Amino acid sequence: MTVATKAPRGRPLLFTSYPSEMSLFPTTTRKVAFGVLLAVTALLPFLLADAELQLLATCCIAAIGAIGLGLVTGYAGQVSLGHAFFLGIGAYTASVISGDPDGRTVGYGVTNILVWLPAAGLVAGLFGVIVAPLATRLRGLYLAIVTLGLVFIGQHVFNEWASVTGGVGVGRPAPTLEIFGYSLFTTSASVTRDQKLFWLMAALLLVFALAARNLARSRVGRAFTAIRDRDIAAGVIGVNLARYKTIAFAVSSFYAGCAGALLFTVTGYIEPTSFSLLLSVQYIAMVLIGGAGTISGAIAGAFFITLLPRIIRELQAFLPFISTDANEVPNVLQVESILYGVLIIVFLIFEPRGLFGLWVRARNYWKSWPFSY
Amino acid sequence: MIALLEGIVRGLGVGSVYALLALGFVIIYKATRVISFAQPALMLAGVVLVSHLAGPLGFWVALPVAALLTAVLALGIERGAVRPMVGRPAFVVAIITLGVDVAIRVVVNIFIGLDVRNVHDPWGLDSWQLGSLQVQQRHVAAFLATALLVAALFAFFRFTRMGLAMRAAADDQEAALAQGVSVGAVFALSWALAGALAAVGGTFATAGVSFDGNLWLTALVALPVIILGGLDSLPGAVLGGLAVGVAQELVATYQNDLPWLGGNVSVITPYVLMLLVLLVRPYGLFGTREVERV
Repeated sequence: MTVATKAPRGRPLLFTSYPSEMSLFPTTTRKVAFGVLLAVTALLPFLLADAELQLLATCCIAAIGAIGLGLVTGYAGQVSLGHAFFLGIGAYTASVISGDPDGRTVGYGVTNILVWLPAAGLVAGLFGVIVAPLATRLRGLYLAIVTLGLVFIGQHVFNEWASVTGGVGVGRPAPTLEIFGYSLFTTSASVTRDQKLFWLMAALLLVFALAARNLARSRVGRAFTAIRDRDIAAGVIGVNLARYKTIAFAVSSFYAGCAGALLFTVTGYIEPTSFSLLLSVQYIAMVLIGGAGTISGAIAGAFFITLLPRIIRELQAFLPFISTDANEVPNVLQVESILYGVLIIVFLIFEPRGLFGLWVRARNYWKSWPFSY
Repeated sequence: MIALLEGIVRGLGVGSVYALLALGFVIIYKATRVISFAQPALMLAGVVLVSHLAGPLGFWVALPVAALLTAVLALGIERGAVRPMVGRPAFVVAIITLGVDVAIRVVVNIFIGLDVRNVHDPWGLDSWQLGSLQVQQRHVAAFLATALLVAALFAFFRFTRMGLAMRAAADDQEAALAQGVSVGAVFALSWALAGALAAVGGTFATAGVSFDGNLWLTALVALPVIILGGLDSLPGAVLGGLAVGVAQELVATYQNDLPWLGGNVSVITPYVLMLLVLLVRPYGLFGTREVERV
């Protein structure tokens, strides 16, 4: 007997086997769409100005962090407000490894990205494993508050440990973007710095997103969703809760560590007060606005939140009552903060599936057009 | 010895403020099973109202008026953002209150402006001399006000119809509904009470000193407090608040002897204390252990 793995022509949603339903790109349309997206991403640096590319590179890095939070909060259902802490661990691990040995702050001078990026992820992942026992003992809101405490403790350590972090208001240089002696952070004759930056971050995002997507559709991912939907029931059917919660925290922190290591390479400087509760809230907002429990949602949310200041600045041209002067009311910064809050509320009340849900709605509308009712 | 006693007295004063803020969290949690991350914004709103009203009205009139207005604001939040979410997972509602907090604090910060403000309280930094012990009046005032409010609250829950309804709704929402308790009114009243408590707590937190937009971080200390005392325990919130206050002030007194911890380690004492307690007792000191059926 042969198992049909491909859907018959014209019936893209008819799955005749479990592997075909769970495959990475179940339909031809998705394969094509993904290919087009890749091609556009590869060609984008020739179309956009350097400033925009830099912004989009930051979006890609934020998306890596958001995917990590999405795995632990969206898939495994463990609410973490401590993402900023893990981002900070990653950022400082990477910058200590790649830092200037003769500089003001501790550094070991290993500037190869292939060394410091995995190292940042692993150290952050290790801290995730250390925190995980709390997650296995606590549930829901207790866990949210404990991870919030983590941010405050981390903030204190980052502020006070001046030999590593440079101290408040001073900071230290970010990790050096370099691979086997080839700098990824300088403009050469053929490519500008920001073009390199964008390609690098987009490629990394692709790797991390595909890895997360594969994890989510594996045995581990199914265990995560079982724990999220009802942890006691999951335990009863044989999911080892302690083990999978630990895995969820470890993987999420690994992603956060890598994102943290990359996040400040764009600006070139790390300031210890950056890793505050606000950063955690931003990542929560990315996951929730994008759509909890989906990888593409987390990416969309990360792009949306990171581009938000820029969008508001563009809107400011049409809404002259918003001032760009920080001393006037209402100014751009205030509108931006209010929008974080309001968008979280509006999305959770009206479209809990987030941007991803909006896309599903639009797709379903056109799928049954002209009989969409 | 004097330093130790003074630390404890200061701690009781600071702890009273934490107790008031924590009571707000616990009251909301008991009624709605939601942790309100909007408390910092409510506290800041209350304090800003006091600082603006105390000039024309005087401190003693401004404080109740501000508490009342903050209660109205809390009612608005409950009605606008929390009530539509009844029946949804507690985590989602908690994140909504986080959004409310971020949005409201921006608006409140506009009324703080660029300079620091103060609440024009009658105590300032004056202190009484008891033997060789120096006791600041504002700490005594905070402690007395908290004792008074806690007594009033416990009497309210124990002896009034509405208090009974609130206890019933906290115990079993459906059964209370079936007995004719208006659970909606219970939700609204619990938010209003929490708002008023936040305003009073915040005012005593900043009595004698000036404040700016960063005052909201004080309200977050109530989170370790409620974890310490147990999420659903009113006595736990009061005792937890006092305990955290004393621990924090004692660390502040002796932190110079431990320079390797870095300056201002007292700020994170509540969070460290919380982690330690949770490793031993996951439901806090007085919280109800959850029993779940599949």
